[in-house]
Amino acid sequence: MILKGKVFKFGDNIDTDAIIPARYLNSSDPEELKKHCMEDADAGFASNVKKGDLIVAGGNFGCGSSREHAPRAIKACGVSAVIAKSFARIFYRNSFNIGLLILEADTNEIDSGDILAVDTGKGEIKDISKGVTIRTKPVPKFMADLVSAGGLIEHAKKRIKGGSRK
Amino acid sequence: MTITEKIILAHTDLEALLPGDIVSARVDIALGNDITAPIAIKEFETIGIKDVFDKEKIALVPDHFVPNKDILSAKQAKMLREFARKYDIKYYFESGEAGIEHVLLPEKGIVLPGDLIIGADSHTCTYGALGAFATGVGSTDLAYAMAFGEIWLKVPHSVKIIFDGKPKKWVSGKDLVLYLIGKIGVEGANYTALEFSGTAFKYLGMADRFTIANMAVEAGAKSGIFEPDEITKEYVSSRISRDYIFYKSDVNSEYINIFSYNASEINPQVAFPHLPENSIDINEASAKNIKIDQSVIGSCTNGRIEDLRIAAEVLKGKRVAKYVRLIVIPATPEIYRMAEKEGLIDIFMDAGAVVSTPTCGPCLGGYMGVLAEYERAISSTNRNFKGRMGDITSEVYLANPAVCAASAVIGKISGPDDVL
Repeated sequence: MILKGKVFKFGDNIDTDAIIPARYLNSSDPEELKKHCMEDADAGFASNVKKGDLIVAGGNFGCGSSREHAPRAIKACGVSAVIAKSFARIFYRNSFNIGLLILEADTNEIDSGDILAVDTGKGEIKDISKGVTIRTKPVPKFMADLVSAGGLIEHAKKRIKGGSRK
Repeated sequence: MTITEKIILAHTDLEALLPGDIVSARVDIALGNDITAPIAIKEFETIGIKDVFDKEKIALVPDHFVPNKDILSAKQAKMLREFARKYDIKYYFESGEAGIEHVLLPEKGIVLPGDLIIGADSHTCTYGALGAFATGVGSTDLAYAMAFGEIWLKVPHSVKIIFDGKPKKWVSGKDLVLYLIGKIGVEGANYTALEFSGTAFKYLGMADRFTIANMAVEAGAKSGIFEPDEITKEYVSSRISRDYIFYKSDVNSEYINIFSYNASEINPQVAFPHLPENSIDINEASAKNIKIDQSVIGSCTNGRIEDLRIAAEVLKGKRVAKYVRLIVIPATPEIYRMAEKEGLIDIFMDAGAVVSTPTCGPCLGGYMGVLAEYERAISSTNRNFKGRMGDITSEVYLANPAVCAASAVIGKISGPDDVL
């Protein structure tokens, strides 16, 4: 799969309060959440982001609360993938569970506005604007299978159909 | 094997496991609250099953925006209530019985040593204080766990944290954990299990262990755990509802890192905006003359009776500084009642504090103490991210309840010795 899109770049330790502030957690409607996505890190993000764009960040992206509203808000904005140096663990597992693609890579050279072509099969990010290629860290097989199954709930549905609920 | 590896193994059908393995584990308790459970409930209902895996192993605790702060919050709380009624969920708590989940479940003996607990709340790691493996997950994980009683887990590597020595007066679990996060950073324990030990814990109680395990996630950890001992036994023995197991790490257990600190040299800590790792000594912090608008004493980190007793010790006979709001939030109805009987509520109200019903409320900028632009709060809670307690320009300083109480009296960040 090749994903091509424009970069919205963020720094280190982007916490879930910045991704979707708790003042909006009285709703879990994706249409509501996406209006406020990244609001406390970049107030213009929700109105400027387009389907297929990419979030690129430094280390520890998604730290803080377990709120699944965070990856759901990003997904609802049409962001095709989040690429960061590292992810906080609950955000990491939530993203796989809901089928939001996230990739670990050295993001130092990538800037806001760059156009990237991400080849998920090859594990390569081409920064077309800069003319550089960056490797992504391999995704554990279990996690890759989870994403290709469509997330944890799809996996659960198959399990029920297969009659394997103990 | 470490205590963490032993508990996870005991909840699988495997013969052995290693850190890094991805396993499916059985859960003893799956937990959700009024923010996270609504998504889990919606997802659960799409799976296509008629019942939950075990109605006695699910806990639904409305605590974040309850008593309902607005119409939307009321709708979310209603979803929990209706789900609990539909599936006859044993551990559902209505306002009046409900408190902050991570204080309530141990108090009621619902989570016990040796358990494997998952919760759709990052501070689920609190229960590690009991010698349980407990970790925060997302709503979809909770939906899956409610259906199958299982969770997928990557077995974490363990990191040993040793605090030796007798802590000074006014130094609590909060100070040790803020000190630790200051040393290793907010990403310092990413994906690992923090195993706490050392002689300092002979001098501290269960409340301090809960506070420390609670904030393991603020260093990025998957879990924090204490080996259970006599102090654990004394805490759980009057609350147990079922059997429990004390696990211990083998002497030849493998740790990817060991950090050792002298607890007797640590002073109360204050974590400056906007990360919990920005912790400094109270003496250094108070010298900066930082004026505050609000002080919050409560939360899953520091809303226990021990915390309220310490705050009352500082506040007795004192008045909160003019134009400063002090908000005290007992974490559960039982704690509220104890505080009332012990005369603590009178001390707080005489000092000019507002005492709230149990709720997470202000900790996450929900309600019951939200900050306006450029306002500053000192808080016994766990996070000081930008905008965490209100307006994006507001600031949160994290500290123990004694420092929060003293700061409320003086009107700027201060230690208890400045008041007494």
